[in-house]
Amino acid sequence: MVTADGLRDEHVLLIQCPYCGERPEPEFVYGGQAHIARPQQPAELTDQQWTDYLYRRDNTRGPHAERWRHTHGCGRFFNALRDTTTDHFLATYRLDESPPRAPGESAK
Amino acid sequence: MRADVRHSFPDLTMQPFSALSLLKRGLSGQRGWTAQWRSPEPKNAYDAIIIGGGGHGLGAAYYLASEHRLGSVAVLEKGWIGGGNTGRNTTIIRSNYLFDESAALYDHAVRLWEGLSQTLNYNVMFSQRGVLMLAHSVHDMQVSKRHVHANRAAGVDNEWLTPEEAQAFCPPLNIGDIRYPVLGAALQRRGGTARHDAVAWGYARAADALGVDIIENCAVTGIVRNADGSVAGVQTTRGPISARRVGVSAAGHSSVVMKMAGVELPLESYPLQALVSEPVKPVFPCVVMSNTIHAYISQSDKGELVIGAGTDAYTSYTQRGGLHISSHALEAVCELFPMFRRLRMLRNWGGIVDVTPDRSPIIARTPVPGLYVNCGWGTGGFKATPGAAHVFAWTIARDEPHPINAPFTLERFRDGNLIDEAAAAAVAH
Repeated sequence: MVTADGLRDEHVLLIQCPYCGERPEPEFVYGGQAHIARPQQPAELTDQQWTDYLYRRDNTRGPHAERWRHTHGCGRFFNALRDTTTDHFLATYRLDESPPRAPGESAK
Repeated sequence: MRADVRHSFPDLTMQPFSALSLLKRGLSGQRGWTAQWRSPEPKNAYDAIIIGGGGHGLGAAYYLASEHRLGSVAVLEKGWIGGGNTGRNTTIIRSNYLFDESAALYDHAVRLWEGLSQTLNYNVMFSQRGVLMLAHSVHDMQVSKRHVHANRAAGVDNEWLTPEEAQAFCPPLNIGDIRYPVLGAALQRRGGTARHDAVAWGYARAADALGVDIIENCAVTGIVRNADGSVAGVQTTRGPISARRVGVSAAGHSSVVMKMAGVELPLESYPLQALVSEPVKPVFPCVVMSNTIHAYISQSDKGELVIGAGTDAYTSYTQRGGLHISSHALEAVCELFPMFRRLRMLRNWGGIVDVTPDRSPIIARTPVPGLYVNCGWGTGGFKATPGAAHVFAWTIARDEPHPINAPFTLERFRDGNLIDEAAAAAVAH
Protein backbone atom coordinates (compact mmCIF):
# COMPACT_ATOMS: atom_id res chain seq x y z
CA MET A 1 0.00 0.00 0.00
CA VAL A 2 1.25 3.45 -0.93
CA THR A 3 0.11 6.59 0.91
CA ALA A 4 -0.66 9.94 -0.66
CA ASP A 5 2.89 11.24 -0.21
CA GLY A 6 4.35 8.20 -1.96
CA LEU A 7 5.46 6.39 1.16
CA ARG A 8 4.63 2.81 1.78
CA ASP A 9 2.31 2.38 4.71
CA GLU A 10 4.85 0.52 6.81
CA HIS A 11 6.02 1.08 10.35
CA VAL A 12 9.68 0.95 9.40
CA LEU A 13 11.53 2.15 6.36
CA LEU A 14 12.33 -0.53 3.79
CA ILE A 15 15.76 0.04 2.30
CA GLN A 16 16.98 -1.42 -0.96
CA CYS A 17 20.44 -2.84 -0.28
CA PRO A 18 22.21 -3.00 -3.66
CA TYR A 19 23.50 -6.46 -2.74
CA CYS A 20 20.67 -8.09 -0.73
CA GLY A 21 17.47 -6.36 -1.82
CA GLU A 22 14.79 -4.74 0.27
CA ARG A 23 15.24 -5.07 4.03
CA PRO A 24 13.82 -3.24 7.09
CA GLU A 25 15.69 -0.26 8.49
CA PRO A 26 16.79 -1.89 11.79
CA GLU A 27 19.15 -4.11 9.75
CA PHE A 28 21.08 -1.00 8.71
CA VAL A 29 23.32 1.59 10.29
CA TYR A 30 23.24 5.16 9.02
CA GLY A 31 26.61 6.55 8.00
CA GLY A 32 25.98 10.26 7.49
CA GLN A 33 26.41 12.47 4.46
CA ALA A 34 28.07 10.73 1.49
CA HIS A 35 30.85 11.87 -0.83
CA ILE A 36 32.91 13.72 1.80
CA ALA A 37 36.50 13.11 0.77
CA ARG A 38 39.25 13.31 3.34
CA PRO A 39 41.60 16.14 2.29
CA GLN A 40 44.69 14.89 0.48
CA GLN A 41 46.98 17.32 2.31
CA PRO A 42 45.46 18.04 5.74
CA ALA A 43 48.48 20.07 6.86
CA GLU A 44 47.88 22.60 4.08
CA LEU A 45 44.32 23.40 5.10
CA THR A 46 43.30 26.51 7.01
CA ASP A 47 41.61 26.00 10.36
CA GLN A 48 38.28 26.89 8.76
CA GLN A 49 38.71 24.36 5.95
CA TRP A 50 39.58 21.63 8.45
CA THR A 51 36.57 22.62 10.60
CA ASP A 52 34.33 22.39 7.56
CA TYR A 53 35.68 18.93 6.77
CA LEU A 54 35.15 17.74 10.34
CA TYR A 55 31.89 19.38 11.29
CA ARG A 56 30.02 21.16 8.53
CA ARG A 57 27.28 19.10 6.89
CA ASP A 58 24.75 20.14 4.25
CA ASN A 59 21.79 19.07 6.47
CA THR A 60 19.79 19.06 3.26
CA ARG A 61 16.05 19.53 3.22
CA GLY A 62 15.22 17.47 0.16
CA PRO A 63 17.19 14.79 -1.76
CA HIS A 64 20.18 13.86 0.40
CA ALA A 65 23.09 11.63 -0.64
CA GLU A 66 24.08 9.53 2.36
CA ARG A 67 25.93 6.41 3.42
CA TRP A 68 24.31 3.33 4.91
CA ARG A 69 25.79 0.02 6.01
CA HIS A 70 23.83 -3.23 5.88
CA THR A 71 25.31 -4.24 9.24
CA HIS A 72 22.94 -7.11 10.00
CA GLY A 73 23.06 -8.43 6.45
CA CYS A 74 25.92 -8.42 3.99
CA GLY A 75 27.85 -5.92 6.13
CA ARG A 76 28.66 -3.74 3.13
CA PHE A 77 28.50 0.02 2.80
CA PHE A 78 26.47 1.64 0.04
CA ASN A 79 25.05 5.07 -0.74
CA ALA A 80 21.46 6.21 -0.92
CA LEU A 81 19.59 9.22 -2.20
CA ARG A 82 16.74 9.92 0.22
CA ASP A 83 14.28 12.82 0.34
CA THR A 84 14.54 14.15 3.90
CA THR A 85 11.11 15.77 3.64
CA THR A 86 9.37 12.39 3.13
CA ASP A 87 12.05 9.79 4.04
CA HIS A 88 11.33 8.25 0.62
CA PHE A 89 14.40 6.49 -0.81
CA LEU A 90 14.85 7.75 -4.36
CA ALA A 91 17.75 5.42 -5.14
CA THR A 92 20.48 3.32 -3.62
CA TYR A 93 23.81 2.82 -5.34
CA ARG A 94 27.24 1.33 -4.82
CA LEU A 95 30.06 3.34 -3.30
CA ASP A 96 31.97 3.43 -6.59
CA GLU A 97 29.01 4.92 -8.43
CA SER A 98 28.23 8.61 -8.65
CA PRO A 99 24.96 9.83 -7.19
CA PRO A 100 21.97 9.80 -9.54
CA ARG A 101 21.41 13.36 -10.72
CA ALA A 102 17.66 13.62 -11.16
CA PRO A 103 15.81 13.18 -7.86
CA GLY A 104 12.76 11.93 -9.76
CA GLU A 105 14.60 8.88 -11.09
CA SER A 106 13.50 6.21 -8.69
CA ALA A 107 15.41 2.96 -8.43
CA LYS A 108 12.26 1.13 -7.45
CA MET B 1 19.81 37.28 37.81
CA ARG B 2 16.33 36.18 38.93
CA ALA B 3 13.61 37.69 36.81
CA ASP B 4 11.05 37.89 39.57
CA VAL B 5 10.33 41.53 38.90
CA ARG B 6 6.80 41.99 37.64
CA HIS B 7 6.67 44.05 34.49
CA SER B 8 3.79 46.40 34.01
CA PHE B 9 1.55 45.68 31.07
CA PRO B 10 0.56 48.92 29.38
CA ASP B 11 -1.79 47.37 26.85
CA LEU B 12 -5.26 47.44 28.30
CA THR B 13 -6.42 44.63 26.02
CA MET B 14 -4.63 42.16 28.23
CA GLN B 15 -6.67 40.95 31.16
CA PRO B 16 -4.44 40.08 34.13
CA PHE B 17 -5.26 36.67 35.54
CA SER B 18 -6.06 36.42 39.24
CA ALA B 19 -8.07 34.12 41.46
CA LEU B 20 -10.81 36.75 41.46
CA SER B 21 -10.95 37.10 37.67
CA LEU B 22 -11.07 33.29 37.24
CA LEU B 23 -13.91 33.07 39.77
CA LYS B 24 -15.88 35.87 38.12
CA ARG B 25 -15.57 34.31 34.65
CA GLY B 26 -16.35 30.90 36.07
CA LEU B 27 -19.60 32.13 37.58
CA SER B 28 -20.60 33.89 34.35
CA GLY B 29 -20.20 30.89 32.05
CA GLN B 30 -16.61 31.69 30.98
CA ARG B 31 -17.89 34.50 28.75
CA GLY B 32 -16.02 37.72 28.21
CA TRP B 33 -12.48 36.40 27.82
CA THR B 34 -10.61 38.23 25.09
CA ALA B 35 -7.89 36.94 22.77
CA GLN B 36 -4.58 36.35 24.55
CA TRP B 37 -2.64 38.15 21.87
CA ARG B 38 -3.42 40.20 18.76
CA SER B 39 -3.07 38.95 15.17
CA PRO B 40 -1.53 42.03 13.59
CA GLU B 41 -0.64 42.57 9.97
CA PRO B 42 3.15 42.76 9.58
CA LYS B 43 4.53 46.32 9.48
CA ASN B 44 7.08 47.42 6.91
CA ALA B 45 9.89 47.67 9.44
CA TYR B 46 10.86 46.66 12.97
CA ASP B 47 13.86 47.31 15.22
CA ALA B 48 14.29 43.55 15.55
CA ILE B 49 12.75 40.43 14.04
CA ILE B 50 12.79 36.99 15.63
CA ILE B 51 12.35 34.10 13.21
CA GLY B 52 10.56 31.25 14.96
CA GLY B 53 7.57 31.45 17.30
CA GLY B 54 8.46 28.71 19.75
CA GLY B 55 9.23 29.25 23.40
CA HIS B 56 12.80 30.37 22.64
CA GLY B 57 11.77 32.94 20.02
CA LEU B 58 8.76 34.30 21.90
CA GLY B 59 10.82 34.49 25.08
CA ALA B 60 13.58 36.40 23.28
CA ALA B 61 11.01 38.88 21.94
CA TYR B 62 9.55 39.26 25.43
CA TYR B 63 12.96 40.03 26.99
CA LEU B 64 13.86 42.38 24.11
CA ALA B 65 10.73 44.37 24.90
CA SER B 66 10.77 44.10 28.69
CA GLU B 67 14.45 44.27 29.64
CA HIS B 68 16.06 45.97 26.66
CA ARG B 69 13.17 48.30 25.81
CA LEU B 70 13.48 47.83 22.08
CA GLY B 71 10.86 49.96 20.38
CA SER B 72 9.37 47.50 17.94
CA VAL B 73 9.85 43.76 17.77
CA ALA B 74 8.15 41.09 15.63
CA VAL B 75 8.10 37.32 15.91
CA LEU B 76 7.59 35.56 12.57
CA GLU B 77 6.21 32.03 12.79
CA LYS B 78 5.64 29.90 9.68
CA GLY B 79 2.94 27.83 11.39
CA TRP B 80 1.26 28.59 14.67
CA ILE B 81 2.65 29.58 18.08
CA GLY B 82 4.15 26.62 19.90
CA GLY B 83 3.32 24.19 17.09
CA GLY B 84 6.90 23.02 16.62
CA ASN B 85 9.23 21.55 19.18
CA THR B 86 7.72 23.62 22.01
CA GLY B 87 4.59 21.50 21.70
CA ARG B 88 6.45 18.26 20.96
CA ASN B 89 8.93 17.80 23.78
CA THR B 90 8.56 15.80 27.00
CA THR B 91 8.58 18.96 29.20
CA ILE B 92 11.51 17.92 31.39
CA ILE B 93 13.52 20.64 33.13
CA ARG B 94 16.90 20.05 34.80
CA SER B 95 20.36 21.64 34.93
CA ASN B 96 22.64 18.73 35.88
CA TYR B 97 25.06 19.17 32.98
CA LEU B 98 28.74 18.34 33.37
CA PHE B 99 30.74 21.40 32.45
CA ASP B 100 30.72 24.77 34.19
CA GLU B 101 29.64 26.59 31.02
CA SER B 102 26.60 24.34 30.63
CA ALA B 103 25.72 24.28 34.32
CA ALA B 104 25.68 28.09 34.29
CA LEU B 105 23.47 28.22 31.20
CA TYR B 106 20.95 25.57 32.22
CA ASP B 107 20.81 26.70 35.84
CA HIS B 108 20.17 30.26 34.67
CA ALA B 109 17.09 28.78 33.01
CA VAL B 110 16.01 26.87 36.13
CA ARG B 111 16.24 30.06 38.20
CA LEU B 112 14.08 31.88 35.66
CA TRP B 113 11.62 28.94 35.59
CA GLU B 114 11.22 29.31 39.35
CA GLY B 115 9.72 32.79 38.96
CA LEU B 116 8.25 32.51 35.46
CA SER B 117 4.56 32.10 36.30
CA GLN B 118 4.73 35.27 38.41
CA THR B 119 6.83 37.15 35.85
CA LEU B 120 4.42 36.39 33.02
CA ASN B 121 1.20 36.40 35.08
CA TYR B 122 0.56 33.05 33.41
CA ASN B 123 0.60 29.65 35.08
CA VAL B 124 3.26 27.60 33.27
CA MET B 125 2.65 24.80 35.80
CA PHE B 126 6.33 24.53 36.71
CA SER B 127 6.61 21.62 39.10
CA GLN B 128 9.92 20.86 40.81
CA ARG B 129 9.09 17.22 41.41
CA GLY B 130 12.67 16.00 41.00
CA VAL B 131 14.56 14.35 38.14
CA LEU B 132 15.98 10.91 38.88
CA MET B 133 18.67 9.64 36.48
CA LEU B 134 19.32 5.92 36.85
CA ALA B 135 22.64 4.07 36.74
CA HIS B 136 22.69 0.44 35.58
CA SER B 137 26.39 -0.37 35.29
CA VAL B 138 29.73 0.42 36.87
CA HIS B 139 30.41 2.85 34.05
CA ASP B 140 27.04 4.53 34.63
CA MET B 141 27.82 4.90 38.31
CA GLN B 142 31.19 6.47 37.63
CA VAL B 143 29.76 8.91 35.09
CA SER B 144 26.76 9.77 37.28
CA LYS B 145 28.84 10.35 40.38
CA ARG B 146 31.19 12.54 38.36
CA HIS B 147 28.18 14.58 37.32
CA VAL B 148 26.95 14.80 40.92
CA HIS B 149 30.33 16.08 42.13
CA ALA B 150 30.78 18.47 39.20
CA ASN B 151 27.29 19.88 39.68
CA ARG B 152 27.77 20.43 43.40
CA ALA B 153 31.10 22.15 42.77
CA ALA B 154 29.32 24.42 40.27
CA GLY B 155 26.56 25.25 42.76
CA VAL B 156 23.91 23.09 41.08
CA ASP B 157 21.99 20.69 43.32
CA ASN B 158 22.45 16.98 42.60
CA GLU B 159 22.72 14.04 44.96
CA TRP B 160 23.52 10.35 44.78
CA LEU B 161 20.91 7.83 45.91
CA THR B 162 21.26 4.12 46.62
CA PRO B 163 18.82 1.83 44.76
CA GLU B 164 16.66 1.61 47.89
CA GLU B 165 16.64 5.39 48.28
CA ALA B 166 15.73 5.75 44.60
CA GLN B 167 12.83 3.35 45.04
CA ALA B 168 11.68 5.22 48.14
CA PHE B 169 11.68 8.45 46.09
CA CYS B 170 9.88 6.75 43.16
CA PRO B 171 7.90 3.74 44.50
CA PRO B 172 6.89 2.30 41.07
CA LEU B 173 10.57 1.75 40.21
CA ASN B 174 11.69 -1.87 39.84
CA ILE B 175 15.29 -1.92 41.04
CA GLY B 176 16.15 -5.61 41.12
CA ASP B 177 14.28 -8.07 38.97
CA ILE B 178 15.43 -6.80 35.59
CA ARG B 179 18.17 -7.44 33.09
CA TYR B 180 19.99 -4.22 33.98
CA PRO B 181 19.33 -3.74 37.72
CA VAL B 182 19.31 -0.21 39.12
CA LEU B 183 22.63 0.29 40.93
CA GLY B 184 21.97 3.85 42.03
CA ALA B 185 20.60 7.14 40.81
CA ALA B 186 21.42 10.84 40.64
CA LEU B 187 18.60 13.07 41.86
CA GLN B 188 18.19 16.75 41.06
CA ARG B 189 15.37 17.88 43.33
CA ARG B 190 15.04 21.30 41.66
CA GLY B 191 14.38 19.60 38.33
CA GLY B 192 10.89 18.76 37.16
CA THR B 193 8.39 19.60 34.44
CA ALA B 194 6.31 22.51 33.10
CA ARG B 195 3.32 22.79 30.82
CA HIS B 196 5.01 23.26 27.45
CA ASP B 197 2.12 24.96 25.60
CA ALA B 198 1.64 27.38 28.48
CA VAL B 199 5.26 28.50 28.11
CA ALA B 200 4.66 29.57 24.51
CA TRP B 201 1.27 31.10 25.31
CA GLY B 202 2.51 32.88 28.40
CA TYR B 203 5.46 34.45 26.61
CA ALA B 204 3.27 35.31 23.59
CA ARG B 205 0.67 37.02 25.76
CA ALA B 206 3.21 38.95 27.82
CA ALA B 207 5.24 39.98 24.75
CA ASP B 208 2.10 41.06 22.91
CA ALA B 209 1.11 43.21 25.88
CA LEU B 210 4.46 44.98 25.56
CA GLY B 211 3.79 45.73 21.91
CA VAL B 212 5.51 42.80 20.22
CA ASP B 213 3.82 41.80 16.96
CA ILE B 214 3.35 38.02 16.82
CA ILE B 215 2.77 37.11 13.19
CA GLU B 216 1.67 33.54 12.58
CA ASN B 217 1.42 31.78 9.20
CA CYS B 218 4.33 33.88 7.98
CA ALA B 219 7.24 31.85 6.61
CA VAL B 220 10.57 33.55 5.99
CA THR B 221 11.75 32.89 2.44
CA GLY B 222 14.88 35.02 2.31
CA ILE B 223 17.21 37.21 4.34
CA VAL B 224 17.93 40.57 2.72
CA ARG B 225 21.37 42.13 3.14
CA ASN B 226 22.87 45.56 2.59
CA ALA B 227 25.79 46.22 0.26
CA ASP B 228 28.16 45.97 3.23
CA GLY B 229 26.83 42.47 4.01
CA SER B 230 24.81 43.43 7.07
CA VAL B 231 21.21 42.43 7.56
CA ALA B 232 18.56 44.67 5.98
CA GLY B 233 15.47 42.55 6.63
CA VAL B 234 13.64 39.46 5.50
CA GLN B 235 11.45 38.27 2.66
CA THR B 236 8.34 36.46 3.84
CA THR B 237 5.23 34.83 2.44
CA ARG B 238 3.44 37.97 3.68
CA GLY B 239 5.80 40.43 2.02
CA PRO B 240 9.18 42.01 2.75
CA ILE B 241 9.93 43.34 6.24
CA SER B 242 13.00 45.38 7.05
CA ALA B 243 14.99 45.20 10.28
CA ARG B 244 18.58 45.87 11.28
CA ARG B 245 18.60 42.98 13.70
CA VAL B 246 17.35 39.47 12.94
CA GLY B 247 17.48 36.64 15.46
CA VAL B 248 17.00 33.10 14.21
CA SER B 249 15.40 30.68 16.65
CA ALA B 250 14.22 28.02 14.23
CA ALA B 251 15.26 24.75 15.95
CA GLY B 252 15.39 21.88 13.44
CA HIS B 253 15.15 24.28 10.49
CA SER B 254 18.03 26.54 11.61
CA SER B 255 20.27 25.24 8.81
CA VAL B 256 17.62 26.01 6.21
CA VAL B 257 17.02 29.56 7.46
CA MET B 258 20.69 30.41 7.97
CA LYS B 259 21.58 29.21 4.47
CA MET B 260 19.36 32.05 3.22
CA ALA B 261 22.07 34.37 4.52
CA GLY B 262 24.88 32.15 3.32
CA VAL B 263 25.81 31.00 6.83
CA GLU B 264 26.65 27.31 7.11
CA LEU B 265 26.18 25.72 10.52
CA PRO B 266 27.64 22.55 12.08
CA LEU B 267 24.18 21.07 12.54
CA GLU B 268 22.35 17.93 11.57
CA SER B 269 18.58 17.63 12.01
CA TYR B 270 17.12 14.38 13.32
CA PRO B 271 13.63 13.26 14.30
CA LEU B 272 13.25 12.82 18.06
CA GLN B 273 10.24 10.79 19.08
CA ALA B 274 7.92 10.94 22.06
CA LEU B 275 4.62 9.36 23.01
CA VAL B 276 1.91 9.56 25.65
CA SER B 277 -0.27 6.91 27.25
CA GLU B 278 -3.96 7.04 28.00
CA PRO B 279 -4.55 9.23 31.07
CA VAL B 280 -4.61 7.54 34.47
CA LYS B 281 -4.87 8.74 38.07
CA PRO B 282 -1.73 10.23 39.65
CA VAL B 283 0.65 7.28 39.98
CA PHE B 284 4.07 8.66 39.14
CA PRO B 285 5.67 11.23 41.45
CA CYS B 286 8.74 12.46 39.58
CA VAL B 287 10.74 12.34 36.34
CA VAL B 288 12.84 9.21 35.75
CA MET B 289 15.48 8.98 33.04
CA SER B 290 17.67 6.08 32.06
CA ASN B 291 20.42 6.72 29.56
CA THR B 292 21.60 3.14 29.37
CA ILE B 293 18.40 1.30 28.56
CA HIS B 294 17.03 4.50 27.14
CA ALA B 295 13.72 5.71 28.44
CA TYR B 296 12.48 8.76 30.20
CA ILE B 297 9.08 9.18 31.72
CA SER B 298 6.90 11.48 33.80
CA GLN B 299 3.18 11.98 34.31
CA SER B 300 1.41 15.09 33.09
CA ASP B 301 -1.22 16.84 35.19
CA LYS B 302 -3.80 15.48 32.74
CA GLY B 303 -2.71 11.98 33.79
CA GLU B 304 -0.95 10.86 30.62
CA LEU B 305 2.43 9.21 31.00
CA VAL B 306 4.80 11.29 28.89
CA ILE B 307 7.52 9.06 27.46
CA GLY B 308 10.61 10.15 25.60
CA ALA B 309 12.12 7.87 22.99
CA GLY B 310 15.34 8.32 21.07
CA THR B 311 16.38 10.02 17.88
CA ASP B 312 16.10 8.17 14.61
CA ALA B 313 19.37 7.12 13.03
CA TYR B 314 19.06 9.34 9.97
CA THR B 315 18.67 13.07 9.35
CA SER B 316 15.15 14.06 8.41
CA TYR B 317 12.60 16.89 8.41
CA THR B 318 9.51 14.66 8.50
CA GLN B 319 8.44 15.06 12.16
CA ARG B 320 7.95 11.30 12.39
CA GLY B 321 10.21 8.27 12.54
CA GLY B 322 10.44 4.51 12.78
CA LEU B 323 8.16 2.64 15.16
CA HIS B 324 11.06 0.54 16.43
CA ILE B 325 12.45 3.66 18.17
CA SER B 326 9.26 4.13 20.21
CA SER B 327 8.97 0.38 20.86
CA HIS B 328 12.45 0.33 22.28
CA ALA B 329 11.58 3.07 24.78
CA LEU B 330 8.38 1.25 25.77
CA GLU B 331 10.28 -1.99 26.39
CA ALA B 332 12.58 -0.12 28.76
CA VAL B 333 9.64 1.56 30.53
CA CYS B 334 7.83 -1.77 31.00
CA GLU B 335 11.01 -3.29 32.42
CA LEU B 336 11.57 -0.45 34.89
CA PHE B 337 7.89 -0.02 35.82
CA PRO B 338 6.06 -3.36 35.47
CA MET B 339 2.78 -1.77 36.55
CA PHE B 340 2.64 0.12 33.24
CA ARG B 341 2.72 -3.03 31.07
CA ARG B 342 -1.03 -3.01 30.41
CA LEU B 343 -1.31 0.72 29.66
CA ARG B 344 -2.28 1.67 26.14
CA MET B 345 -0.48 4.38 24.23
CA LEU B 346 -2.57 7.29 23.03
CA ARG B 347 -0.38 8.91 20.39
CA ASN B 348 3.21 9.27 19.25
CA TRP B 349 5.01 11.90 17.18
CA GLY B 350 8.38 13.29 16.25
CA GLY B 351 10.03 16.68 16.42
CA ILE B 352 13.03 17.77 14.37
CA VAL B 353 16.02 18.56 16.55
CA ASP B 354 19.21 20.28 15.40
CA VAL B 355 22.22 18.50 16.84
CA THR B 356 25.73 19.99 17.12
CA PRO B 357 28.93 17.94 17.16
CA ASP B 358 29.46 18.63 20.90
CA ARG B 359 25.76 18.43 21.89
CA SER B 360 25.87 22.00 23.19
CA PRO B 361 23.89 24.87 21.69
CA ILE B 362 25.06 27.87 19.67
CA ILE B 363 23.76 31.23 20.98
CA ALA B 364 25.83 33.81 19.21
CA ARG B 365 26.53 36.48 16.71
CA THR B 366 27.21 35.20 13.19
CA PRO B 367 29.61 36.30 10.42
CA VAL B 368 26.71 38.43 9.07
CA PRO B 369 26.40 41.71 11.04
CA GLY B 370 22.95 42.04 12.57
CA LEU B 371 22.18 38.33 12.24
CA TYR B 372 22.09 36.25 15.43
CA VAL B 373 21.39 32.60 15.98
CA ASN B 374 20.06 30.50 18.84
CA CYS B 375 20.25 26.88 17.67
CA GLY B 376 21.82 23.48 18.17
CA TRP B 377 19.78 22.59 21.24
CA GLY B 378 19.49 19.05 19.97
CA THR B 379 17.34 16.91 22.20
CA GLY B 380 17.27 19.29 25.17
CA GLY B 381 16.02 22.73 24.23
CA PHE B 382 12.78 22.96 26.21
CA LYS B 383 14.43 22.98 29.64
CA ALA B 384 16.53 25.97 28.64
CA THR B 385 13.68 28.07 27.21
CA PRO B 386 13.71 31.07 29.59
CA GLY B 387 17.50 31.09 30.03
CA ALA B 388 18.23 30.78 26.32
CA ALA B 389 15.64 33.42 25.45
CA HIS B 390 17.03 35.77 28.10
CA VAL B 391 20.67 35.63 26.97
CA PHE B 392 19.68 35.58 23.28
CA ALA B 393 17.74 38.82 23.77
CA TRP B 394 20.81 40.30 25.49
CA THR B 395 23.02 39.23 22.57
CA ILE B 396 20.67 40.78 20.01
CA ALA B 397 20.11 44.02 21.93
CA ARG B 398 23.76 44.69 22.76
CA ASP B 399 25.45 42.99 19.80
CA GLU B 400 27.60 41.08 22.29
CA PRO B 401 27.03 37.90 24.25
CA HIS B 402 25.87 37.79 27.84
CA PRO B 403 28.67 36.26 29.99
CA ILE B 404 26.58 33.08 30.29
CA ASN B 405 26.35 32.44 26.54
CA ALA B 406 29.79 33.82 25.65
CA PRO B 407 31.31 30.29 25.40
CA PHE B 408 28.52 29.04 23.10
CA THR B 409 29.91 30.55 19.89
CA LEU B 410 29.92 29.34 16.33
CA GLU B 411 33.70 29.70 16.27
CA ARG B 412 34.30 27.16 19.06
CA PHE B 413 34.28 24.35 16.52
CA ARG B 414 37.15 26.00 14.64
CA ASP B 415 39.06 27.04 17.75
CA GLY B 416 38.72 23.71 19.55
CA ASN B 417 36.79 25.04 22.55
CA LEU B 418 34.12 22.37 22.41
CA ILE B 419 31.71 21.94 25.33
CA ASP B 420 31.25 18.19 25.09
CA GLU B 421 27.98 17.28 26.78
CA ALA B 422 27.34 14.03 24.92
CA ALA B 423 27.00 12.18 28.24
CA ALA B 424 24.74 14.77 29.89
CA ALA B 425 22.45 15.16 26.91
CA ALA B 426 20.71 11.96 28.05
CA VAL B 427 19.23 11.02 24.69
CA ALA B 428 21.51 8.66 22.82
CA HIS B 429 22.39 10.24 19.50
